[in-house]
Amino acid sequence: MKKYLAALSALLMLITPIASQASPEDDLKSFRSYFTDKFPEVPMADFVNGVYSVDKASREQWEEFEEFPAYEIYISKGEDLFNKKFANGKNFASCFPNYKKGIRQNYPRFDKASGKIVTMEGDINKCLTDNGEKAYGWKKGKIAYVGAYLAYMSRGNLINVKTPSSPAELAAYNRGKKHFYSKRGQLNMSCADCHYNNAGNKIRADILSPALGHPSGFPVYRNKWAGGSKGDGMGTLHRRYGGCNKQVRAKPFKAQSDEYKALEYFHTYMSNGLEVNGPSLRK
Amino acid sequence: MQGFMHKISTTVSVAALSACLGLAIPLSANAAEDADIAKGKELAFDRKKGNCLACHDIAGGSLPGNIGPPLVAMKARFPDFDKLRDQISDARINNPNTIMIPFGPHEVLSAKEIDLVAKFIHTL
Ligand code: HEC
Ligand code: HEC
Repeated sequence: MKKYLAALSALLMLITPIASQASPEDDLKSFRSYFTDKFPEVPMADFVNGVYSVDKASREQWEEFEEFPAYEIYISKGEDLFNKKFANGKNFASCFPNYKKGIRQNYPRFDKASGKIVTMEGDINKCLTDNGEKAYGWKKGKIAYVGAYLAYMSRGNLINVKTPSSPAELAAYNRGKKHFYSKRGQLNMSCADCHYNNAGNKIRADILSPALGHPSGFPVYRNKWAGGSKGDGMGTLHRRYGGCNKQVRAKPFKAQSDEYKALEYFHTYMSNGLEVNGPSLRK
Repeated sequence: MQGFMHKISTTVSVAALSACLGLAIPLSANAAEDADIAKGKELAFDRKKGNCLACHDIAGGSLPGNIGPPLVAMKARFPDFDKLRDQISDARINNPNTIMIPFGPHEVLSAKEIDLVAKFIHTL
């Protein structure tokens, strides 16, 4: 054990400084090879299935639920909202001309003009406010329905976040990367502690999903999010980020804050080339 | 005769008293120790306190995680109680990048609570 621990910490000491200077392309390569080495039996394309890619025991039941998925009605609600006319006579299609071909795979993207990361949720609400409509809330409800519809229309498209290269892009990317690897909260854990180093291990009875492929299935319908004040099950990626921050007793950032947008940028770039398969079902 | 009886009864009662004391002192110490261990176990298993089962298999607990090693043979692994206490208080001493919670420095458990948890863990 001691030997193993010493080797591990030596390895970490080696990795950390290299990782912080690595280019996004290098990060992407080492991120993937880590998971393909760890889970040689999981085909790369299957990492989009979250915990079910590595948890054979619950996979069968999940596949059964996916046959009549609870999110289906929210895709139709999203479609209705998408096509509904704004007061000015236009609708969402005016902002998303390529929605039929699918657009989810291109988010998040870096917007040179504003120097900010733009998410799909950000563009949904921008479309509303640009057209004189009231913005949706960020974490659940209508934003997740329209997002589910847009993701559904994008199913099978490959995640295609442009590789960060300008200094401003790299700054945002590194901010997200830093969030991913930093320990936080009273319990002092990083995203990487759970979804990288311990992916496939059990925390109490829950198996931890690999971070690779995480964003592909969002928005998701989660059983845990269904009922009472928690809503109808649907939620966005940033809602999940907040939940995972809270689990370690860290104060969550606001959904669509620069911090979470940067995290999404890093997190999604790591999944480049995997299929969009949102919306998805989760525990 | 009376004096004799008195002497006897005194002797008897002294004997009885000392026997009683002789037994009673370790008995009450054991009881206190047992109570500490029971409290330590409660703290270790409490999801809002140690929640050690999140990561460790521990005898008597259900649905353990497997992020950390099963906690067994602890006296053999940690002959020195203080080393065990340190590991529980701040696992970063032994592994700077550990996922294990720095229970002491982050005040997830108080010093007293860490003592109790360590006492319990040392019995495993
Ligand atoms: C204490 C452990 C822990 C930490 C730390 C943690 N998570 Fe999680 N996370 C979980 C568990 C448990 C789940 C539910 C099971 C699963 O899908 O992994 C989960 C689920 C998720 C999901 C949903 C995956 C899916 O397929 O639906 C995402 C996304 C996620 N976490 C991202 C993060 C990010 C980003 C961070 C850091 C900000 C983080 N997590 C930190 C434990 C953790
Ligand atoms: C989030 C995960 C996690 C939690 C919670 C946790 N531990 Fe650990 N623990 C570990 C890991 C991982 C190790 C292996 C050494 C390391 O990486 O630091 C470990 C090591 C240990 C060891 C040393 C075991 C040995 O044989 O060397 C002891 C003792 C221990 N933990 C006790 C506890 C106690 C008691 C609690 C609760 C109060 C606890 N742990 C909570 C993850 C955890």
